[in-house]
Amino acid sequence: MSDRRVAIVDGLRTPFAKSGTDLAEVDTMGLAAPLVTELVARAGLDPNLIDRVVYGSVVQDVASPNIAREIVLASPLPDTVDAYSLTRACATSTQTFVDGAAAILLGEADVVITGGADSLSKPPVTFSDEFVSVMMKAQSAKDLPSRIKALSQLRPKDLAPRPPAIAERSTGETMGDSAEKMAKMNGIGREDQDRFALESHRKATEAWGKGVYDSEVMAFPVPPAYLKVVERDTIPRGDSSPEKLAALKPVFDRRYGSVTAGNASPLTDGASALILMEEATARRLGYEPKAFLRSYAFAAVDPNWQLLIGPAFATPTALDRAGMTLADIDVIDIHEAFAAQVLSVQKAFASDQFARDHLGRDRAIGEIPDDKLNLYGGSISLGHPFAATGGRQLLTMANELVRRDAGTALITQCAAGGLGATVILER
Amino acid sequence: MSDWEATMPELTHMSFAIDDGIATVTFDKSGEAMNTLDPSLMGDFETILDRLESDPEVKAVVINSAKSDSFVTGANIKWFSELDNPLSAQTAIEAGQGLFDRLERLHRDRAKPVVATIHGACLGGGLELALACSHRVASDDAKTQLGQPEVKLGLIPAGGGTQRLPKLIGVTAALDLILTGRSMRPSKARKLGLVDATPPLSHLHEVATETARQAIGSPSEKPDPGWLSASGLQKLALETNPLGQKVLFQQARQKLLKETKGNYPAPERALEAVRIGVQEGTEAGMAAEARFFAALVGSPESKALRSIFFATRAKPDTGGAKTVDTVGVLGGGLMGAGIATVSTQKAGARVRIKEVDQAGVARALAYVSGVLSGRVKRRRMGDFEAEQAMLRVTGTTDWSGFGAAELIIEAVFEDLALKQSLLKEVESVTGGEAVFASNTSSLPITEIAAASTRPGTVLGMHYFSPVEKMPLLEVIVTPETADWAEATAVEFGQRQGKTVIVVNDGTGFYTSRILGPYSTEAFHLLAEGASVEAIDSAVEAWGFPVGPLRLADEVGLDVGAKIGKIMVDAFGARMAPPEGVDLASTDRRGRKNGKGFYLYDAKGKRGGVDDSVYSDLGVTPDKEVPRREIQDRITLALINEAARCLEEGILRSAADGDIGAVMGIGFPPFRGGPFFWIDQVGAGEVVERLRALEARHGARFEPARILVEATAGDTKFR
Repeated sequence: MSDRRVAIVDGLRTPFAKSGTDLAEVDTMGLAAPLVTELVARAGLDPNLIDRVVYGSVVQDVASPNIAREIVLASPLPDTVDAYSLTRACATSTQTFVDGAAAILLGEADVVITGGADSLSKPPVTFSDEFVSVMMKAQSAKDLPSRIKALSQLRPKDLAPRPPAIAERSTGETMGDSAEKMAKMNGIGREDQDRFALESHRKATEAWGKGVYDSEVMAFPVPPAYLKVVERDTIPRGDSSPEKLAALKPVFDRRYGSVTAGNASPLTDGASALILMEEATARRLGYEPKAFLRSYAFAAVDPNWQLLIGPAFATPTALDRAGMTLADIDVIDIHEAFAAQVLSVQKAFASDQFARDHLGRDRAIGEIPDDKLNLYGGSISLGHPFAATGGRQLLTMANELVRRDAGTALITQCAAGGLGATVILER
Repeated sequence: MSDWEATMPELTHMSFAIDDGIATVTFDKSGEAMNTLDPSLMGDFETILDRLESDPEVKAVVINSAKSDSFVTGANIKWFSELDNPLSAQTAIEAGQGLFDRLERLHRDRAKPVVATIHGACLGGGLELALACSHRVASDDAKTQLGQPEVKLGLIPAGGGTQRLPKLIGVTAALDLILTGRSMRPSKARKLGLVDATPPLSHLHEVATETARQAIGSPSEKPDPGWLSASGLQKLALETNPLGQKVLFQQARQKLLKETKGNYPAPERALEAVRIGVQEGTEAGMAAEARFFAALVGSPESKALRSIFFATRAKPDTGGAKTVDTVGVLGGGLMGAGIATVSTQKAGARVRIKEVDQAGVARALAYVSGVLSGRVKRRRMGDFEAEQAMLRVTGTTDWSGFGAAELIIEAVFEDLALKQSLLKEVESVTGGEAVFASNTSSLPITEIAAASTRPGTVLGMHYFSPVEKMPLLEVIVTPETADWAEATAVEFGQRQGKTVIVVNDGTGFYTSRILGPYSTEAFHLLAEGASVEAIDSAVEAWGFPVGPLRLADEVGLDVGAKIGKIMVDAFGARMAPPEGVDLASTDRRGRKNGKGFYLYDAKGKRGGVDDSVYSDLGVTPDKEVPRREIQDRITLALINEAARCLEEGILRSAADGDIGAVMGIGFPPFRGGPFFWIDQVGAGEVVERLRALEARHGARFEPARILVEATAGDTKFR
């Protein structure tokens, strides 16, 4: 459709930290704005060349619903940079990437910054419907007596704040419930899940040891005091063991369940960002493309069924659009919401039956060899700041293609609402 | 009405219009960017007053300015130099007071309200004009500033300011404005009752006209602020009863003398004028104001301060400068972080700090954040503005991002080899033509530039600590420095809010070099048996903010010794302290390790002299050296060295020498700088005093040739 190619020329993320710990003092804007600023500064990119910022968050701050624009205004990017925000649950920064790429393909933009951030340390807490309705009435009351009358309807229980829930609005299931359900439907045992989680931590720890993340994670000096600098992800554990993981109690189904805090991704604070450029622009400005966008696809399933199986639906479409089969892909990165979910996806990929029943295809998508999958850990071990994860995966895979100096990478996520997203990069 | 048009003399600096009973008087000084008051403008004003008083059509008056972002900025300072004769000065001042009185009587006696419409600077005589009106309406714009800055030029408000301001906003608030010369924003002015309304600029003229219309026919009367407010209570306690007044003025005087040490007559006179007005009545106050002003305008202190004011206004040329959008700062210590602060906050540039580790980066960011949040707390800056300023600063431990910098300033340890190797590294990572500036305080730039493959881009930018507070930047150029590079550094320094002087390269440049003999002479005095207190207090009494030994503690004795050695190597014996009198073998490093000439407590607060310093120095403080001799020796040593800098072409002009000494090292502003001071005292007398010192203390006091030459033709330096 276009002879323009979209290149990832640079990217960066903050260290990821378990919510309520090292980055607890920083809100979503406080993560995103310094990150984007540092990315642009580090890349030596003239901010005047940036055409657009597409950014997102999942747990949105009421003070900055269009966080992309707030980033532009607060950071040294010119006020004339167009910016909008979006949300697609855990695939948010895949969507911002795709939106940025689409703008480049359409010729709307040559240089775009995309990404996402979430602080789960400072989620917005809301009041009960009763409380809100009484306050609105009191506010619109014309005189003091009627204001008092309105306020007198308030009951103590109305004052209790409502914490944000990570539950599906439609089904009422939490993510964990859905993972638990998928484990049972697909016969994923506790031991397999724990083994997967342990591997995830081992790979993440090794990757940090080998310096894989050095160039893609910024050292983050924590405001307002700037006394502390978070330099690395704080979640990967090199000291875990099968015994330790086995000792954890299932969280969502205490009697028959298998999903534990150890084989699920934790609530995390963090941000990621990418610089995308149209290929010729990148070369003219002296930036070496790390990887190019080959294809992408999104899919959706009934959330009452397997909420987190989306990757098995988006991936065959993305492969078709790339004119490839799974065997053509050199590295695969699947977002690890839960070990049970990754293993379910892996099973679905390999199953002819699944392909026939659900994809309308004769043959399975293909086997995912373990040595191609999540080379440097995943959301279980690195953490999962919802809107930052897609960007994190894309960046690591783009850098992997640089290390190999050739090849293809497939990045995929499941997302709340039964969504799936897949991107294929090439170099 | 046409009668009036026919008989009214032509106006040059003002215009007059009348519509529906409301006269609009617009100040528009011919040929100038701002409205300043002088006899030529006051002539027009008198003409207009004649008409305002006698034209029955005029029911109310609105005073405007036709200048885009200023109201009236005060008296024309150049005109002051014509007021040398106190008698004629007093006559001129009284004439001005008389016109403002007539303006006041318009609303007080004739019930014709007068509204000042203020947008932009409303300072000095401009504010006094506004004070003589019945109402003041000021735009809430950031450009609008109100103040009485006269004391900064060694003068006092003399258009009734010392009388009307206390009446309007209370004695305490008025003294704060008049004695400090600070200006205030409209919001504060409104809280104090100095202005009646602060509409947005878009509504300013409408509000002013409406205010005038509504007040037509009622004689002006100031509403009492009410004793229930905090200021009301204070007024009740102090300002409205004679005993309270006495206490108030006594306290104010004590506080003032503590700050001025008796060296600044202007604020003392201003305080006295206010006191006379409050205690003896306005008429006596007005007379005192005029008398005091007339005496001050010819005083050496005011002339000195005016000379510095004019010198700093003549800014160096910045033609050919490259715009600096990104500045790289090498080293995030006290100096580097300070440079980063003014670069983002004042210059609005992006800053990339390079440090050896992330903790260093964080320390630098903490410093910048500390300064910014202080400004937010003092309401000098908004939250969002501070957030933006903070986000312009990033830090790194590698060279990433430095390719984008148009200017790179190194602020690392004072070590030639280190600076040279950094320069080489910079040149290898930045392909383009970035300017490389060294913030060295003593190393010759030429030697640093020797390591460069493009010496045209190398220069010095010598900042003073703490950078966000000290006003001077000394830019140092070598014969090879390109004009555009010099202009780039100067322009960026000005954007950082600095007063910039450009000097030629040489050891210590100008400011550090003249401090050499200043500090050396203190060591000579110590060796002769003078005490630390005697030396510092003598020099402080002469007007320096800190004496040479206190300064040594602040700078750091180790740093001082290092610089001292560089000076001796370059200039020989006259910079050398007496044999054996030094602290090199001790661990005294001054304030930073709590051990110096003075004692410091755990919080770093300075106590008395550390008596054990004498034995460390091998001296005994057993001699009373007369204060006058201490002052003469230390200050003349510095002034003589300044003259040498001019003689050798380190300084491009004597004016630069005065600016550099006053704004960089605290040379007493009321003495106008070394060269202004020489002119005042007379080169002949200076040479004579130096020769006398030379006879007693040796060749280090040999007068500079340029001074001796000046005695011949009675040449003035300034």
